[in-house]
Amino acid sequence: MPKRTDLKSVLVIGSGPIVIGQAAEFDYSGTQALRVLKEEGLRVILVNSNPATIMTDPEFADATYIEPITPEVVEKIIAKERPDAVLPTLGGQTALNTAIALDKNGVLEKYNVELIGANIAAIELGEDREKFKGVVERCGAESARSHIIHTMDEALKAAEDLGYPMVVRPSFTMGGLGSGLAYNEDDLRRIVGQGLQYSPTSEVLLEESILGWKEYELEMMRDKNDNVVVVCSIENFDPVGVHTGDSITVAPALTLTDREYQRLRDISIAVIREVGVDTGGCNIQFAIDPATGRVVVIEMNPRVSRSSALASKATGFAIAKIATKLSLGYTLDEIPNDITQKTPASFEPTLDYVVVKVPRFAFEKFPAADNTLTTTMKSVGEAMAMGRNFTEALQKALRSLEQKGSQLDFSSVPEWEVPELIEKAKRPTTERLHQVQRALLGGASVEDLFEATKIDPWFLDQLQLLNEISREIRQAGALTADMLKRAKRHGFSDEQIGALTHNSEAVVRGVRQALGIRPVYKTVDTCAAEFAAYTPYHYSAYDEEDEVALHSKPSILILGSGPNRIGQGIEFDYSCVHASMALRKAGYETVMVNCNPETVSTDYDISTRLYFEPLTLEDVLEVIAAEERTGGVMGVFVQLGGQTPLKLAQQLADAGVPILGTSPEAIDLAEHRGAFSRVLDKAGLISPKNGTAVSFEDAKKIADEIGYPVLVRPSYVLGGRGMEIVYDEPNLSRYIANATEITPDHPVLIDRFLEDAVEIDVDALFDGTDMYLGGIMEHIEEAGIHSGDSACVLPPITLGTNVLERVRTATRAIAEGVGVRGLINIQFALASDVLYVLEANPRASRTVPFVSKATGVQMAKAAALIGTGVTIGQLRSAYKMLPEVGDGSTLPLDAPVSVKEAVLPFSRFRTLEGKVVDSLLGPEMRSTGEVMGIDKHFDTAFAKSQAAANNALPTEGKIFVSVANRDKRSVIMGVKRLSDLGFEIVSTGGTADVLRRNGIQATPVRKVAEGSSAEGEGTIADLVIAGEIDMVFNTPSGGEARSDGYELRAAATSIGIPCITTVAEFNAAVQAIEAMRTYEWSVTSLQEHAASLAESQKAALQRA
Amino acid sequence: MSAPAALVLEDGRIFRGSSYGATGTALGEAVFATGMTGYQETITDPSYAHQLVVQTAPHIGNTGVNSEDAESRRIWVAGYIVRDAARRPSNWRSERSLDDELVEQGIVGIQGVDTRAITRHLREHKTMRAGIFSGEAAQATDKELVDAVLASAPMEGSRLAEEVSVDEAYVVEPKDHGWEGDPRFTIAAIDLGIKAMTPVRFAERGVRVHVLPATATLADVKAVNPDGFFMSNGPGDPATADAQVKLLRSVLDEKLPYFGICFGNQILGRALGFGTYKLRYGHRGINQPVMDRRTGKVEITSQNHGFAVDAPLDGATQAPEERYGRVEVSHVSLNDDVVEGLACLDIPAFSVQYHPEAAAGPHDAAYLFDRFIELMEGTRDGRTANLSKEPVDAAHPAQADNTGAGPATPKNSDNKTEDKK
Repeated sequence: MPKRTDLKSVLVIGSGPIVIGQAAEFDYSGTQALRVLKEEGLRVILVNSNPATIMTDPEFADATYIEPITPEVVEKIIAKERPDAVLPTLGGQTALNTAIALDKNGVLEKYNVELIGANIAAIELGEDREKFKGVVERCGAESARSHIIHTMDEALKAAEDLGYPMVVRPSFTMGGLGSGLAYNEDDLRRIVGQGLQYSPTSEVLLEESILGWKEYELEMMRDKNDNVVVVCSIENFDPVGVHTGDSITVAPALTLTDREYQRLRDISIAVIREVGVDTGGCNIQFAIDPATGRVVVIEMNPRVSRSSALASKATGFAIAKIATKLSLGYTLDEIPNDITQKTPASFEPTLDYVVVKVPRFAFEKFPAADNTLTTTMKSVGEAMAMGRNFTEALQKALRSLEQKGSQLDFSSVPEWEVPELIEKAKRPTTERLHQVQRALLGGASVEDLFEATKIDPWFLDQLQLLNEISREIRQAGALTADMLKRAKRHGFSDEQIGALTHNSEAVVRGVRQALGIRPVYKTVDTCAAEFAAYTPYHYSAYDEEDEVALHSKPSILILGSGPNRIGQGIEFDYSCVHASMALRKAGYETVMVNCNPETVSTDYDISTRLYFEPLTLEDVLEVIAAEERTGGVMGVFVQLGGQTPLKLAQQLADAGVPILGTSPEAIDLAEHRGAFSRVLDKAGLISPKNGTAVSFEDAKKIADEIGYPVLVRPSYVLGGRGMEIVYDEPNLSRYIANATEITPDHPVLIDRFLEDAVEIDVDALFDGTDMYLGGIMEHIEEAGIHSGDSACVLPPITLGTNVLERVRTATRAIAEGVGVRGLINIQFALASDVLYVLEANPRASRTVPFVSKATGVQMAKAAALIGTGVTIGQLRSAYKMLPEVGDGSTLPLDAPVSVKEAVLPFSRFRTLEGKVVDSLLGPEMRSTGEVMGIDKHFDTAFAKSQAAANNALPTEGKIFVSVANRDKRSVIMGVKRLSDLGFEIVSTGGTADVLRRNGIQATPVRKVAEGSSAEGEGTIADLVIAGEIDMVFNTPSGGEARSDGYELRAAATSIGIPCITTVAEFNAAVQAIEAMRTYEWSVTSLQEHAASLAESQKAALQRA
Repeated sequence: MSAPAALVLEDGRIFRGSSYGATGTALGEAVFATGMTGYQETITDPSYAHQLVVQTAPHIGNTGVNSEDAESRRIWVAGYIVRDAARRPSNWRSERSLDDELVEQGIVGIQGVDTRAITRHLREHKTMRAGIFSGEAAQATDKELVDAVLASAPMEGSRLAEEVSVDEAYVVEPKDHGWEGDPRFTIAAIDLGIKAMTPVRFAERGVRVHVLPATATLADVKAVNPDGFFMSNGPGDPATADAQVKLLRSVLDEKLPYFGICFGNQILGRALGFGTYKLRYGHRGINQPVMDRRTGKVEITSQNHGFAVDAPLDGATQAPEERYGRVEVSHVSLNDDVVEGLACLDIPAFSVQYHPEAAAGPHDAAYLFDRFIELMEGTRDGRTANLSKEPVDAAHPAQADNTGAGPATPKNSDNKTEDKK
């Protein structure tokens, strides 16, 4: 039956900022949805607060609202746009929860808006644990025994029935937030206490432990004619107990017989029918007792999920795209399979390869956090790899992680270490895979490790196989063809073979290639080659037949950014995707190389060809060779995917690969301190005094010379990894001793730290002659907080024209001095009206998407074309990609103000004692994502950014204030204003005294260090936990107050109220709160902003 | 490492790998099967007799072999082609390794070959004769190997049902498969290579099944006093099944309700007077979409057929054997429009080309067993003697609304028509 004709406009709700558990995969699914809706001729309205997404590009919707995804704001959008329908199933839990709220509060009914893709009844049946248990039962299947509780007393009672250990899961939270395993009553009290807070319905599920069972997931689709297909089965390498997002997962399921698999399929179909997901996708998770085969249904998601994105990439079946079509009334048999073109989507993909996904963690950013893996997801990204067997896929996936120590280590294991490794492997951590493999290498048996970990013996045997091959490699005596073939067939990299044979990677590669042992590229085709595939979506394998088709034009390769991590996230994928789009539009054949399944870049129709491959030198060189032999390569872009491809630049150039855009020499010029300071000298610019140290003595000398405080960091880093502000010599000594590996190859950079400086970020384009300044961003927090964690505003709100002009001149001089061809990002600091250059990165930056959204100019697209030789002049005139005149430094005064705010993951991470980690910001980046607030004025834009970051500022209530001595003077005005606005100010000790002397009535409360009073009066932390405080403002100071501050911030973070830790942000918040109380928010689409901006630019032009 | 082995195709293409299972020579028709689960069911499916089966799923043998999942008394594939054979099985029901089972039953296999390349080759150049040679047999020259393959019998014109069928009749009782109470019906089922799950599916529904050898006569059928008649799947070229076609016609003339699966579908097609033809590379997998034209619904089916019935796709047509009245194509493959089911409108008979008994594969089509029971009920009660009184209109919403859509246009006719006789 063809699509519904009664729908003319649809509102799509996005997923908001990238957070743990809800990441780039929803940009991938949302972007597919928007493309389908547009193709189908509907008017498309989008709300998403995340500017770093492709879906919020204005051309993907008719009206794009970068606004907070809250029921109030979405209601305003509905009132303004009057869509016929809302599609909430592609924006993760955020979109689904928003839709439920809009249904509950009557907005959907009021505006006569239909929910498509899912109905409320189905969402509730799927998500409400108690109701879902009923569903499972009616389907003739089993759930784990469980109790739903709403109070601690109920929890303790349930424990008597279920016994320990027991799983605790709060209802309606995403990514398993607040879930945990309780081994005893103390655990139970703690986890349930938090869980009741996290759950919007104060509901927590307690259930029997199925720890150690095999875990599976089925991805399903159903249409309105009740046709159901299973898109993909996924098996978790890690048994039940580790969140599937943190688990190594494998597709297809590898250790089930057909009978068992069909049982899961039958249950899934019965469940999807009973729940009533009738036009879209869902996934269902299962646990199977490895001893008896007893099947337990764990849960379902009645929407497109993280696993759907993985399943789409793993199989080639575009779940989000097809789900969107189903929501419009199509049936599966009416939708063609894009890949085969001739067969319909009403089939089940079959794989002739193995897919392995490995999570990427960021525990190094949270040293206090416990790295035990639990049912709360903690990974920040993932890498996927495909191979013609499990071992090949696993090893490719591990090297895709691009993290020190991520690859398996085959160096010999002393016998004494084996029991220790087995013991350690009992606790699931990020290290478990390595512990297991090394224990096996050291002589432990598969049975020993199954006993310790419950990882399926088949997988353990595969690790054993890798160990055996490592011995064969070592014992081969030479790099023989047979040995190399066998090693490559099981995924060993040239580097690994080199390490085992005491050869360099280059020697291994040389010999291997001379022997003609090269990977072939197979095609992901959904059907195991039963039908011809028309989409060039490739993966490498050491096998016989290559499938890369001849191409008529030389290709342009774009190297992606690999797995998402803190400091290198979706923003870089955005630039890669834009480059591919712009280059294809300009007539080039583009080739994307990436290994991140969450992203838009790895959608098979973004580029002319997609290679799903690790981004190591070896893997990239082989892709280039494949492209060379099938039609030639014009060049490679390394400047778009962040540090990952950038660090390959020189080696690729050495291998004779043409680098498009900025040359490796220029990259080096910007990255190397000495060379870069010569560029600055020549341009008459200065940087903070600095030096490079290769020992503590060095470091001390430099620090003494330039004066404390100093900023110390390892060279060549992204995201401020290991960066710290050091105030004195003992701390410098500690930093050098603990935090870094310091060698002549890995020096430590020491900079004078500029206190109270305003930090300025610039993104610009340079073509060798002309510069286009994309945007100047003023940071809200002062220098010292990593730019990725700091809020910033564009256009700058406190910088004078003169400063902007100096920034502009400096940017041009640096771009020219470095020799940039394309994008450059420069960070400046303005201290006492002196402009310092902090650093320059000759590549796409994290802020490119924000600048592009805020100014309506797509910079990455322009950069890609500059890389092919197009000039900025041409981009302004012929290509209409840049404005004809002016740039981001000449925005009119009535241009909208955009605020970027970082979103931080502190609530996910617990210390060994079970408290959340400290939320203080610093020079090391820890945010996972960002949101944007855009409005006429800064105050409302900032307020929107806070609401979008799930950190909505209060408009009334109690505010706790406690600041360090140095800040006391600067907060009085703001606190006074809040008090005048009717807030109750609560404070402790010295801050309270200062406030009272300034005429502010501050209610005194007990400090954490003081403890509860004899009468039972609690401390400020107790008040926060009890929900009596609406906002915390605490700036850190040394000593006792610091730990007091930690308890307080931890309390605020764990219950999710705003916790402001800098004066600058506090002042912004005061403005925002006042604006919130004065003006009602209005919503404006990017298209409207662009139109009015164009108008005022035109007016300005006419005046000029 | 095991001994070298070679897969040799009749067009001269040779893939080298290493030996798997027994060592020696295996000759047969090379076909690929795309299921990701169910290798034990696959190798024990008699329809694979005289075929060398390429598994497209790369890991085979992971769950070992057990005594419950076999679809017949032995392994029938003539040879087995896999990429990565499991070193150790892992499953709570596993009793022994697949490798051991293959050795014990003398099945010659090959591992470590590019199964995807082989599949693509067969897809592009159609299924063909092939040989697996391992150990000493692999030492021969390429020419000798190809000659050996060329000397083997082609599938077309092969009469194999009698070879795989049981010699003695046996009965499958409902009470042994969870049915409480007396059997509702009795049927005679001709074993042309029947899979074990088929009689089980009947028995679960209260139907007593007399499984008869492929050589059974009308008298043998009548002797069990059946309410219905069934013909199973099986290997070989349906064009050779004259005996079974004759038997079926005599049964149809008796107005006994008929249900056929796979080979049983082709025999019904021939009995009605249609021809059969060989597909380029067949349908062998458990993910095959089929449209049930009576309900407009899609079912994901288990399939294993190299031949198909040549019947007009759209609407009711007069059977060439006019005494059987009108017939329609009830089920069609959504991948390539191959006839996947026939329904007689004037006599109580229908059949499907695919495998509603699954094993391996999805259970979507299990309703067909119920449909047959309804047909037997109708015949017994004298209500209807055929399928034409089914509520076609009500159950055909898709077609009713699809105004002007016209006849389905063949999409992927490569597989369907190339070798049409």
